[in-house]
Amino acid sequence: MADGTMSNVLKKSGKEIQANWAKDLANAQSSSRGRISAAELEQQSAEFIKLLTIASEHAKASDIAAPEFKLIREFLEGISRSRVAQGFSSEETASFIFSLKKPFFAALRVEAGKDADALADQVWRATELLDALGLHTVKAYQKSREDVINRQQREMLELSTPVVKLWDGILALPMIGTLDSARTQVVMESLLQKVVETGAQIAILDITGVPTVDTLVAQHLLKTVTALRLMGAECIISGVRPQIAQTIVHLGVDLQGVTTKANLADALALALKRTGSSLKAH
Amino acid sequence: MEKIPILRMGEFLLVTIQIDMHDQLALKLQDDLSNAIQKNASKGVLIDISSLEMVDSFIGRMVADISGMGKILGAETILVGMQPAVAITLVELGLSLPGVATALDVERGMALLRRKIDADGADDFNR
Repeated sequence: MADGTMSNVLKKSGKEIQANWAKDLANAQSSSRGRISAAELEQQSAEFIKLLTIASEHAKASDIAAPEFKLIREFLEGISRSRVAQGFSSEETASFIFSLKKPFFAALRVEAGKDADALADQVWRATELLDALGLHTVKAYQKSREDVINRQQREMLELSTPVVKLWDGILALPMIGTLDSARTQVVMESLLQKVVETGAQIAILDITGVPTVDTLVAQHLLKTVTALRLMGAECIISGVRPQIAQTIVHLGVDLQGVTTKANLADALALALKRTGSSLKAH
Repeated sequence: MEKIPILRMGEFLLVTIQIDMHDQLALKLQDDLSNAIQKNASKGVLIDISSLEMVDSFIGRMVADISGMGKILGAETILVGMQPAVAITLVELGLSLPGVATALDVERGMALLRRKIDADGADDFNR
């Protein structure tokens, strides 16, 4: 800090601030179902005060992007990540930093004594710094959460497109979840690729696990069916639930002569009949 | 000038497209094929596009047109071996090629062609 008061206070009464802070944190934590131990909190707060003391000695103002704050930033990012993994909310994570204000300001007050102007000045500086650090923590928290979501999305995409060989020349693709353009693309590609690999004549698209079928989803299904037909394979759509049949008719979607069946068993029976009859012709 | 060969196999014609088609080549194929059907009085045409890896809307339409012309000249036309990427591209372009018969590979295409012609042949016999 410019006048060094903050770093002086931290150096002089760092231990005291840290003790009060850890106590506040522990009190606040008691409501958070013991996801983090008091010892861990104690250790984290001590580490943070240590880093803050070092940083405030060298750094100017509250520009936390400065290289002096690099260690603190990394430390906070680490805290955010572990909080995400422990299932804390963003509020709880941010309050880790913000709860430092109370003991810190108390220490500043002791230092400033009767000088109100100096106190106001220092409180403002400390607030600016702690707010910036708090925001950084939340940002890191958000990013960790987004990473988790992205990873899950990728995993779901892989999980949701298994192409199953049901019989000689018959493939089935059980679709689960809402169909959007990106997923349809993946489904279509993996199914068509499998058709080429196995030389299957019939593919059954099972939509039992598709919660709703609107015009867009129907269009995606039709695209898949058309692509299959262009490659010389037949397609049967199965698992059409009564509500979905009603929706399709009400929406006026024309399924263009696509064979549909109520369940996979019926579709398989039909597929067997079709491949069977073609076998007889040989 | 490069040319796509048209092979005669009895009453069928076999066309294998093994190079990337460009517009001029497609037009020439259209011309050659319709002449060949006429000359050989072919009953069926098999177009193998398993080596074709790229299509645009023009080539897509050309393939549909060739199939239509074959039909008018009295030859069943079957498109075999379309690659997944090509199929997806055509669908995304809105070319679903209605009325074009397709098969997975040449063997299946030949079987299908024979079945179709046998069905037609029965009509001839009754006459």
